[in-house]
Amino acid sequence: MNSPLLRVTDLRLGFAAGRQTLLAVDGISFEVGAGETFALLGESGCGKSATAQGIMRLLPAAGRIVGGSVELAGRELLSLPEADMRSVRGARMAMIFQEPATSLNPVLTVGQQIGEVLARHRHLTGEPARQRMLELLRQVGIADPDRRLTEYPFQLSGGMKQRVMIAIALAGEPDLLIADEPTTALDVTVQAQILDLLVRLQTERGMGMLLITHDLGVVARVAHRVGVMYAGELVEVAPREAFFTNPRHPYTRALFAALPEVSRRGGALTTIPGQVPSLDHMPAGCRFADRCRYVTPLSRDHSPPWRMLSDGHKVRCFYEGGMAEEAPHGETVLPPLAADTAPILDVRDLKVHFPIRRGILQRTVGHVKAVDGVSLSLSPGRTLALVGESGCGKTTVGKAILQLIQPTGGQVKLNGSELVGMPAGRLQGMRRHLQMVFQDPFASLNPRLRVGEIIAEGMAALGVVAGGRERAAAVAILLEQVGLPAEAVGRYPHEFSGGQRQRIAIARALAVQPEVLVCDEPTSALDVSVQAQILNLLKSLQESLGVAYLFITHNFAVVEYLAHEVAVMYLGRIVERGSADEVLRSPKHPYTRALLSAVPQPRLEGQGPVIKLGGETPSPANPPAGCHFHPRCPNVMEVCRSVWPASTQHGATQTVACHLYK
Amino acid sequence: MPFQIVILWSDVLVWLLVAACLGFGFVITRTEHLLAAWRRVGKSRIGMAAATVLMVFGVIGLLDSLHYRLRLEGEADKPTVYSIEVLSVLDTVASPVRTRNEKTYSAPFATRLYAKETIDLPGGGQTRGYPRLKYGGAHLGGDEARLPADVARKAAMGFVLAVLTWCGMAALVTMGVGKREGVGRSEAWRRIWQGETHFSWNALLMTAGGLMALILPLLSLAGYYHVFGTDKVGQDVLYQVLKSVRTGLIIGLVTTLVMLPVAVLMGIVAGYFRGWVDDLIQYIYTVLSSIPGVLLIAAAVLMMQVVIDTHPEWFATAAERADLRLLALCFILGITSWTSLCRLLRGETLKLRELEYIQAAQAFGVSSWRIILRHILPNLMHIVVITLVMDFSGLVLAEAVLSYIDIGVDPNTISFGTMINNARLELGREPVVWWSLAAAFAAMLMLVLAANLFADVVRDAFDPRAV
Repeated sequence: MNSPLLRVTDLRLGFAAGRQTLLAVDGISFEVGAGETFALLGESGCGKSATAQGIMRLLPAAGRIVGGSVELAGRELLSLPEADMRSVRGARMAMIFQEPATSLNPVLTVGQQIGEVLARHRHLTGEPARQRMLELLRQVGIADPDRRLTEYPFQLSGGMKQRVMIAIALAGEPDLLIADEPTTALDVTVQAQILDLLVRLQTERGMGMLLITHDLGVVARVAHRVGVMYAGELVEVAPREAFFTNPRHPYTRALFAALPEVSRRGGALTTIPGQVPSLDHMPAGCRFADRCRYVTPLSRDHSPPWRMLSDGHKVRCFYEGGMAEEAPHGETVLPPLAADTAPILDVRDLKVHFPIRRGILQRTVGHVKAVDGVSLSLSPGRTLALVGESGCGKTTVGKAILQLIQPTGGQVKLNGSELVGMPAGRLQGMRRHLQMVFQDPFASLNPRLRVGEIIAEGMAALGVVAGGRERAAAVAILLEQVGLPAEAVGRYPHEFSGGQRQRIAIARALAVQPEVLVCDEPTSALDVSVQAQILNLLKSLQESLGVAYLFITHNFAVVEYLAHEVAVMYLGRIVERGSADEVLRSPKHPYTRALLSAVPQPRLEGQGPVIKLGGETPSPANPPAGCHFHPRCPNVMEVCRSVWPASTQHGATQTVACHLYK
Repeated sequence: MPFQIVILWSDVLVWLLVAACLGFGFVITRTEHLLAAWRRVGKSRIGMAAATVLMVFGVIGLLDSLHYRLRLEGEADKPTVYSIEVLSVLDTVASPVRTRNEKTYSAPFATRLYAKETIDLPGGGQTRGYPRLKYGGAHLGGDEARLPADVARKAAMGFVLAVLTWCGMAALVTMGVGKREGVGRSEAWRRIWQGETHFSWNALLMTAGGLMALILPLLSLAGYYHVFGTDKVGQDVLYQVLKSVRTGLIIGLVTTLVMLPVAVLMGIVAGYFRGWVDDLIQYIYTVLSSIPGVLLIAAAVLMMQVVIDTHPEWFATAAERADLRLLALCFILGITSWTSLCRLLRGETLKLRELEYIQAAQAFGVSSWRIILRHILPNLMHIVVITLVMDFSGLVLAEAVLSYIDIGVDPNTISFGTMINNARLELGREPVVWWSLAAAFAAMLMLVLAANLFADVVRDAFDPRAV
């Protein structure tokens, strides 16, 4: 490539904080060629998004471009006047954002929003613009584009919105597409569709693409070259093959090692100790030095220079020796399930229906069957993973088991006592056996209470530990258990990072010594290395305390690592369940198979063909007749359209609800 | 005793508020994290400047809340009789401006009335002209041309006094800071002005300096001139401004105290419990806010007025009657103005109750009222504080509007509202009488602005995320 499409040289971006400017991006240089996908990989807070915003010159108000240059097809962007920059944005380079729900204007139709770009950059209005819009919508794979043009964003599903965003980005026919975590907010099956779409469009148009992601699986599926960012610096740049076969920087290797996988079951995940340094406490030398196992005095004091390894593969690290295997691989055999242990939690035919009310008198006109007959059982000290895409009702199951939502029907037995319909007074006593860890550690801790008060709340409410002094001692023990310093007691939640906050949430739940812990996607808001810390913590707590987990998740990698049993949920019902080994190794239900194939694998090989599912999960207010999955099923038969399949037993533990297996 | 202490109901409320503040202050010094938050308030320059201004208003209001009746001179064997006029400490302090009433309007620093009158000449016969004021500039005698020089001299003396007082204050502060931080005086002085002290003394000193440079010359002039002019009945406008402060503070604070519990309780209960409670509360405030507010208040005030007028035996003095009317007005304003805050709080509670930390508390079986108290209320406080300060200025203004249609405070009670209302009538005349309005406006602006800024700082200091 003689003249790359995008050339970023020594770009430095900062954020004004008081009188000083804190550098968020400190001198990064990379190139993106036409028709090439360059992936910027890193954890949150590494300056990936700031880089993208800096290239578009769309930094937030406090953002400053401190230095460097950004050239698009040989034209310097950073010195352009704002008026000229506006004709570059959208026409020469376009951006797709992470959250499709908030990146479309809710009061304008799809047609108006695409038309805006066409009128501005292509000077198309009226009928030609309409034809172009239809063509664009067809390109991004939207069926029935005529109708969609006049629809508003709220009428579209999440994946559909992201497709519209892509259509808007493509409307100006850009040479460069910047995609900032384009699939992070989407389900795996939809993510697979969107990634395929991006790859196809890029090949057809010969666009350059700058992909920003934290997901090694996405990188493996889409990228040609990869740049790893850490604390505002690029630390390794490599072609895709070299990156996955021979990652050199200790940080990159640690990222790979922190991924939960089935091969790491039993053992602890390798974690990266500590966290990304904050902007005002950047280390003087190599920024990874504090967390690196190959740290030397040299790398503490001096920032390492680039070192070429092979063609296109360079790394910023002093360490040249061979690397030890990060994680002790090797199959650890899980203790077999003791068949005679009575389940501690037994859920039978649980139903949660939300009434849909309409009209002045608020009459019930229908029900959203969020959970429609779910049966589960969980033995002491085991982990049951409840897997499904968003909207399938898995969180509702968790909350209904805790009686936070009143179930419409069915039974929830904890230690043999029926919780559904239990009077409030007695339910109070049962609450200490059953607790929950929530998804978002930023929403699950009251910002106005100090950590000590947060953790002690449950003990006080349930009277587990009486007396202020005993309670303070108990809080100190809990903090130690979850690996937080003792002085955390007097601090507020906002002073902690996401992973630390999730530790606080876990400590709060453990404070009442529950036997069953419902974990609702406890790691989905966290970075890979932090996720590994939390998973390790959960695992060690299970070993030492014998807590049983109902682990609600959409992430199969986590399931593989942690779960003993798996239940796959689709639209309020469980379609397949069984031991983790059986379900993950030989999935029977077409939905399970599609889900598993859609998970992007963080390696070169093993990218099996993705089983494509059409469309998205239908609304639980109006589920399809017969088998709920039949409109998307690749193996659909006549009988599926009318009859819900009965469950059939396969192997020792696996049961499947599908007409394919009779 | 030469006087009898009179305790008005509003005095009770005012001093209860002061006691509550002191009690709260004591609690703060005992509670580590509250103390830290208030230290942040103390560190804020704007906050301390606003607090200084508020303190001046507060002192005026408090001085005006100590009431007494003087004993009338009488024979020794008769039972002691007290004057029917209820005075406050402020009245006594300000007696030069209180008692020296002219006949009618006079402009600030004037020596003659504002309107021409027929004057009887000493030697018989009459002439049309501006009569000499009884008190304004009386010490000048016939030599009215000396007025500018005299004003300048007295103002300069006041200013010098202000500078001296300020120097004394600054020296005290510097010594205090020096002692506390264990440094020399010059170093303490440098630290204060570089803003390196934990408490922003520089803002306090600067505001105090500014205020004193303004107030002391005014005071030294007030004994000789009507610095803000006089009103229609010849009363000094400066005195009216001083008296209005207490009325304004009471209307703002007591009304707020009345409406706050109702709005907070109803809003949170509606948002948290949903269901029929929510429906009921929504219907109540929708109905209330669909009735024109002025009409509702007018009806209530008129009914109250009838009750007061038909029971003259309840009140020993006119001041007591005026005071009860003021309080009743506060209650009526409070009862009709809680709806907007209630609506805001209900909406915010609806959002908060879905958050995961509330559900975590529910999973622990924490009782609903405890959840409301611990988890919801503290997270709503910023809305409450903002609304209160907004309402404070709104209420002072509402009082003016109500006085306009004659359903506000008792005509005997001096308030910003009655001042503005009286001044309004004179804006239409030529030459225009502007000083009443300007004085009321300036005082109100200072009060409301200081309250706004201070509330802003307090809210920021108590927001744990903003640290």
